[in-house]
Amino acid sequence: MNQRLKTLQRIGLVTVAIGAVIVLSCQTQGGGPPGAQDVASEVYVPPGSYDDFYAFMSGGFSGQVTVHGLPSGRLLKIIPVFSQFPENGWGYSEETLPMFMTSYGFVPWDDSHHPELSQTGGAHDGRWLFINANNTPRVARVFFKDTATTEILEIPNSAGNHASPFITENSEYVVASTRFSVPIPQRDMPISEYRGNFQGTISFIRADQPGEMDVAFQVLVPGYDYDLSNAGRGPSHGWAFLTSYNSEEAHSLLEVTASQNDKDFIAAVNWQRAEGCVAEGAGEEMPTEYYHNFRGEDRIARSEVRNRVRVLRAEDCDGLVYFLPTPKSPHGVDVDPSGEFIAAGGKLATVIPVHSFSRMLEAIENEDYETVIDGIPVLRYEAVLAGEVMEPGLGPLHTEFDGNGFAYTSMFISSEIVKWELGTWQVVDRIPAYYSTGHLMIPGGDTGQPWGRYVIALNKITKDRYLPTGPELAHAAQLIDISGDKMRLLLDFPTMGEPHYAQAIPADLVRDGQVQFFSLEENTNPAATKTEAEARVVRQGRQVRVYMTTIRTHFTPDNIEGIQLGDTVYFHVTNLEQDWDVPHGFAVIGAHNAELLIMPGETRTLKWVPTKVGVFPFYCTDFCSALHQEMQGYVRVSPRGSNVPLSWGTGQ
Amino acid sequence: MNKRNRTVIAVAAIALTLLYFLPLWSIRLEAPQYPEGLGMRIWVNTITGVGPNDLQNINGLNHYIGMKTIEPESIPELAIMPWALGFLMILGLATAMAGRRWMLYGWLGLLIAAAIVGLADFYLWEYDYGHNLDPTAAIKIPGMAYQPPLVGSKMLLNFKATSLPALGGWIALAAGAVIAGVAFLELRASRRNVGRDAGAVLREASGGDPT
Repeated sequence: MNQRLKTLQRIGLVTVAIGAVIVLSCQTQGGGPPGAQDVASEVYVPPGSYDDFYAFMSGGFSGQVTVHGLPSGRLLKIIPVFSQFPENGWGYSEETLPMFMTSYGFVPWDDSHHPELSQTGGAHDGRWLFINANNTPRVARVFFKDTATTEILEIPNSAGNHASPFITENSEYVVASTRFSVPIPQRDMPISEYRGNFQGTISFIRADQPGEMDVAFQVLVPGYDYDLSNAGRGPSHGWAFLTSYNSEEAHSLLEVTASQNDKDFIAAVNWQRAEGCVAEGAGEEMPTEYYHNFRGEDRIARSEVRNRVRVLRAEDCDGLVYFLPTPKSPHGVDVDPSGEFIAAGGKLATVIPVHSFSRMLEAIENEDYETVIDGIPVLRYEAVLAGEVMEPGLGPLHTEFDGNGFAYTSMFISSEIVKWELGTWQVVDRIPAYYSTGHLMIPGGDTGQPWGRYVIALNKITKDRYLPTGPELAHAAQLIDISGDKMRLLLDFPTMGEPHYAQAIPADLVRDGQVQFFSLEENTNPAATKTEAEARVVRQGRQVRVYMTTIRTHFTPDNIEGIQLGDTVYFHVTNLEQDWDVPHGFAVIGAHNAELLIMPGETRTLKWVPTKVGVFPFYCTDFCSALHQEMQGYVRVSPRGSNVPLSWGTGQ
Repeated sequence: MNKRNRTVIAVAAIALTLLYFLPLWSIRLEAPQYPEGLGMRIWVNTITGVGPNDLQNINGLNHYIGMKTIEPESIPELAIMPWALGFLMILGLATAMAGRRWMLYGWLGLLIAAAIVGLADFYLWEYDYGHNLDPTAAIKIPGMAYQPPLVGSKMLLNFKATSLPALGGWIALAAGAVIAGVAFLELRASRRNVGRDAGAVLREASGGDPT
């Protein structure tokens, strides 16, 4: 018996040894990056420990923002912004419906591209995050107290809000520009008459007062496509820079027709000058319609319609806009931390041109113009150029800075990140990206104070990076160490939607302001039910309002009778919990909208229109406690005109 | 009694006023889901949570095992204790002023009695909360009681309950110890009956120079 055991043990050991050899050789054959074992510890955040950075990634076509931790890449949260989110009732609950109102009506989705953190003195301050809606032009503000969207402003006279929202040094404005030029004001006209009739707008949105976002003024510009933007800082504070393409003013087959000119433009807008002109009454008050949606202290969204916007033309305000010629349909425009250099990513160019802000001022001073378009002086290319990065790679798009004199540019076509030196314009390092990087992001790399350490490649093509999941794949992001002379790939992780751009901030700047739950005492929702004794059901004609509470582990009331077919039922559910991480859910059979997730201390309202006679269950959808499965109730729906009296209760 | 001992007695009596402002006892609860912990503080006149909602949350959790709700208003001792404490303090001050040894011994005796009665009462409340459970409770474990320890730690299902004196409790203990020390010195001095002061006795006891 003993002998047999030993033999078995030996066989076992040998098997394990062979297995280990196979596993090890497979790993080598698998082609992991050399030194993968060494870098693993650099992105490993041990269980129970926190990441160093919050990263906020745009959800692209998902319309949302995702929160990841860096360096682990772990997904921490999806912040619903521009798209309805049935998971928690965002855009379905009565309290959040107005957030989606626009002059086009209720728009329940969008395409969000550029998250932008608030700044003070050119550095991230951890107050708010802004993000654009590309499709139906809007800008949203996210508060970090509860990491939720609190404000959405529609932008009038805009189409394709792509160059948006780029923030000024002290969060005075977020700058938002049209990608698509359109007739302004909108009117019925032939598309073929685009040239000279379609126009773009550059909007300056007052951003530093929560709840009071508004379009301070718009600058009307020629009918090009305005692509990306970055605000000046330090010496260039007071200016905003925007790329444009399609200076050909084409309206069809743009891939060819808009790629003809050797140079398009970077628009330099002196917004401090614009403020002066507006103060003197320049420009016109244009009638229009746009929505401002805001959730105040009571956490209930309200919409207001605004009907006028101040519009400035170049000829209304001397020195307002200049064009800097820039090669081949420039995409990104990025101002270095010092505020002096303005790098452009001419997506079809063979060089990275870098303009000099001080040379630009000189050229303006000397009136060193090539020409003037619609009252906008076009400065001479050679007069504003600081230098060109030669042979950087193919398809330069975006540049971020590490604060140590180096710039990093994403190369879409050659699928790499290229590191180059400011001043010498020499390429010093390059690293492949998998595949086709769009934006790249260094924490604080677009501000006056980069936090550095990493660059993230936000890629457009995924292909074989992860286990396949059918034709539709998550987009890939790669975390690259930039602390040394050579860039080193640390981590490859999938992301939600299409992360166009991202921002990252040291964790403590955001973490310290977080709340764990809402104070029930301070809940000012008029439909709040603050004790179980106040729970009730009220009929108002064909509307029935259920004032309901939740606490581990029951609803009050949990038996409701007297509802009739044809009634519209509003469940006003208040979560009485006052503890960390005890949301309750509310779901009722046949609901055409969504479920609710109600945070502790909060009230949320779900509209329910019963379609059948019967007795229907409702239940808690968020596993709240050991008796979560018992957290359920019934609502009885009787035929129209039934004499079943309205009654309700729990535990009776 | 000499002036120094009377001063010490007066200071100890006055120190007891701190008990109106500091918690006497604390019960801390930790569980896997509560890494940050929940806590309860017992004051001379009330019971509060350590966090603003801790008491509510402890009561919320206790309802699963059928424990009665902890409501400070329903515990009559919390209404009596401030008066009892005031009485003991005044007695202490009177002792210091009068300087009579028999008053000191009597006061010490009362303090010890109050401490014993207080702890016994606390134990009985704990026993009552831990044993007299709602028979319709969701969680019923045969033979299981949920009485927290008087002093020390104990596992109660997923919670580790730790019961310890809080700052006020430690001050009361320290005051009691000081008073007991003075009483001891007075007792020795009275036996020797040589009129030496307590300081001299101390120095002698610690091997220092006798004066």
